[in-house]
Amino acid sequence: MAEKVMVKGNEAMGEAAVRAGCRLYFGYPITPQSELTEYMSRRLPEVEGTFLQSESEVAAVNMIYGAASTGTRVMTSTSSPGFSLMQEGISYIAGAELPSVFINVVRGGPGLGDIQPAQSDYFQGTKGGGHGDYHLIVLAPSSVQEAVDLVQLAFDLADKYRNPVLVLADGMLGQMMEPVEFPEFRDLNTLPDHSSWAMQGCEGREPHKITSFDIDPINLEKMNLGYQKKYREIEANEVRYETEMIEDAEYLLVGYGTMARILGTVVKMARNEGIKVGLFRPITLWPFPYKELESAAEGKKALLTVEMSMGQMVEDVRLAINGKMHVDFYGRTGGVVPTPEEVLRELKKIVERSE
Amino acid sequence: MAAKAIFKKPQSLSDKEFTYCPGCHHGIVHRLVAEVIDELGIQGKTLMVAPVGCSVFAYTFFDVDGTVAAHGRAPAVATGMKRAMPDKVVFTYQGDGDLAAIGTAEIIHAANRGEKITTIFINNAIYGMTGGQMAPTTLLGMKTTTSPYGREVDREGYPIHVSEVLKELSGVAYLERVAVSSPAEVRKAKQAIKKAFMTQIKGLGFSLVEVLSTCPTNWGLSPIEAINWLNENMKKEYPLGVFVDKVGELK
Amino acid sequence: MPKNFVVIDEERCKGCGLCISVCPKKVLDFADHFNSKGYHPATQVDKENCIGCGFCYMMCPDTAITVYRENVEVKG
Repeated sequence: MAEKVMVKGNEAMGEAAVRAGCRLYFGYPITPQSELTEYMSRRLPEVEGTFLQSESEVAAVNMIYGAASTGTRVMTSTSSPGFSLMQEGISYIAGAELPSVFINVVRGGPGLGDIQPAQSDYFQGTKGGGHGDYHLIVLAPSSVQEAVDLVQLAFDLADKYRNPVLVLADGMLGQMMEPVEFPEFRDLNTLPDHSSWAMQGCEGREPHKITSFDIDPINLEKMNLGYQKKYREIEANEVRYETEMIEDAEYLLVGYGTMARILGTVVKMARNEGIKVGLFRPITLWPFPYKELESAAEGKKALLTVEMSMGQMVEDVRLAINGKMHVDFYGRTGGVVPTPEEVLRELKKIVERSE
Repeated sequence: MAAKAIFKKPQSLSDKEFTYCPGCHHGIVHRLVAEVIDELGIQGKTLMVAPVGCSVFAYTFFDVDGTVAAHGRAPAVATGMKRAMPDKVVFTYQGDGDLAAIGTAEIIHAANRGEKITTIFINNAIYGMTGGQMAPTTLLGMKTTTSPYGREVDREGYPIHVSEVLKELSGVAYLERVAVSSPAEVRKAKQAIKKAFMTQIKGLGFSLVEVLSTCPTNWGLSPIEAINWLNENMKKEYPLGVFVDKVGELK
Repeated sequence: MPKNFVVIDEERCKGCGLCISVCPKKVLDFADHFNSKGYHPATQVDKENCIGCGFCYMMCPDTAITVYRENVEVKG
């Protein structure tokens, strides 16, 4: 049985990347994820990897573009304002179809905001952020162990679909310490082979060109239709979610990430008081589990979506429910983390209204 | 009688016709870079990063692995490539808006880190592709579509001297400003470009060649008038010469 | 004396005139006809006096010019 270690979320995600065979990191310090950047600066030289602190997040995302275009596993991490700076580069990376992994340890916003945990970058991650018709695969862990597992998955999905993948964490997850079991080190010789398209020097073959651009609109549309075909495939095959006690539930709580951890406690507290409530936790925020949520909500009296924002994922919940029932929302923002007690109060109001 | 071609298209230049205006110096410099790549035998291991600007299509004019970076970001993209594949030869090709406006941070830091990449910098004192707006390198008094009254110190500030700024950074191993206004200058420019690539191959640090170039279309001059204007005005503002040379004599 | 001559790809040439202006022997001039893009391409009007210096090739921004020399060993 592999040993468990107590490790901080930020460092755990860094180690997970190294175990996944990532030997390249470009990034810029920003609270609350600087420990990840610092960890990579210590760890990568130990495994003969390369760490470079870039001059900005703008530079970091473009270094990611460069490294990814050689078909090499590469990652960056940042927090909300830095992730905003990366949007241009991400749009280019999505258009050029370059495998790469991004970690956003979300903090209160907008603007400079603060350094406490939030979930107010949901729209940015799932609905665009950058310009153009593209999608990031978005994975939302709710524990440090799950963050480790999803960072590994992120690299695999990025390579499988030639797409940037976002691990959407938050300041709580980044800073807390939990026991973690790390996977074995990936044998670097088994990493996916991208030599059919990557820029590795054209010796012995036709040169490879990588761009996100075509001046002929018919061609650009064709490129876009190609991306869309890929996105439909991802939607069909990569949805992930988890449920807790939904079979006999009359009410459903919906939340992701750190918020879902808290909602787990709310479920226990409510059940103790005789309220039959369950939890639906999306793990992939894109592709969002629309069908799965719709069937989980079948026959329930009411839905309460709780986020550390002013209401972003709730729009996708409403889309999934498609007007069949009322979807309530409760949220705190600016880095404020809701307590289980206050969520339970909201739930009770809804229960009262519905009985 | 058999005839041999003594001057012909270099192998690492593709067959695609250049999309540049008549008399634009981009085409001359592209050919020189390709000649150097051929002579150094590095076509099979060269990676190029094209900019946003008139030379956005540059990646189609060279038969090497190529990409286009976001505006100004080529030095960062090149850094990512070189750090991922240190044995490849990586070069960026950038104009004055790409390098000296939006890309100022990226070029300074790549140079400062001594990234083992080579930058070919085309300085024609104007924005070409977007129709003739003012560039950071536009001369005082020069009229452009966004400085219609002529550039003035109080309003738009002074032109920026990229080579003079970069020479202060210790990571720079080769830095020269050239022009291609005459066959003699074309020969010298080629030598500079060759030394710049040699700098990278020898692992000495960052190299850049700044090429004073004409933009006949947006200057409103014929190709030959444009060369005369460059000789009379741009060389005074941007003197030619070697600023940093850690390479020494070329074999 | 080996004879030198140039071949100009008339479709690549954009009639910029740089080659004509630098030729030391003035063997080049604009052709009377147009190419398909509407430019007057450069052409070698004097077939006898090209010295194979390559100045035209050096200045051409479109790599439209190839310079030939007859009866010469060219080191590859």
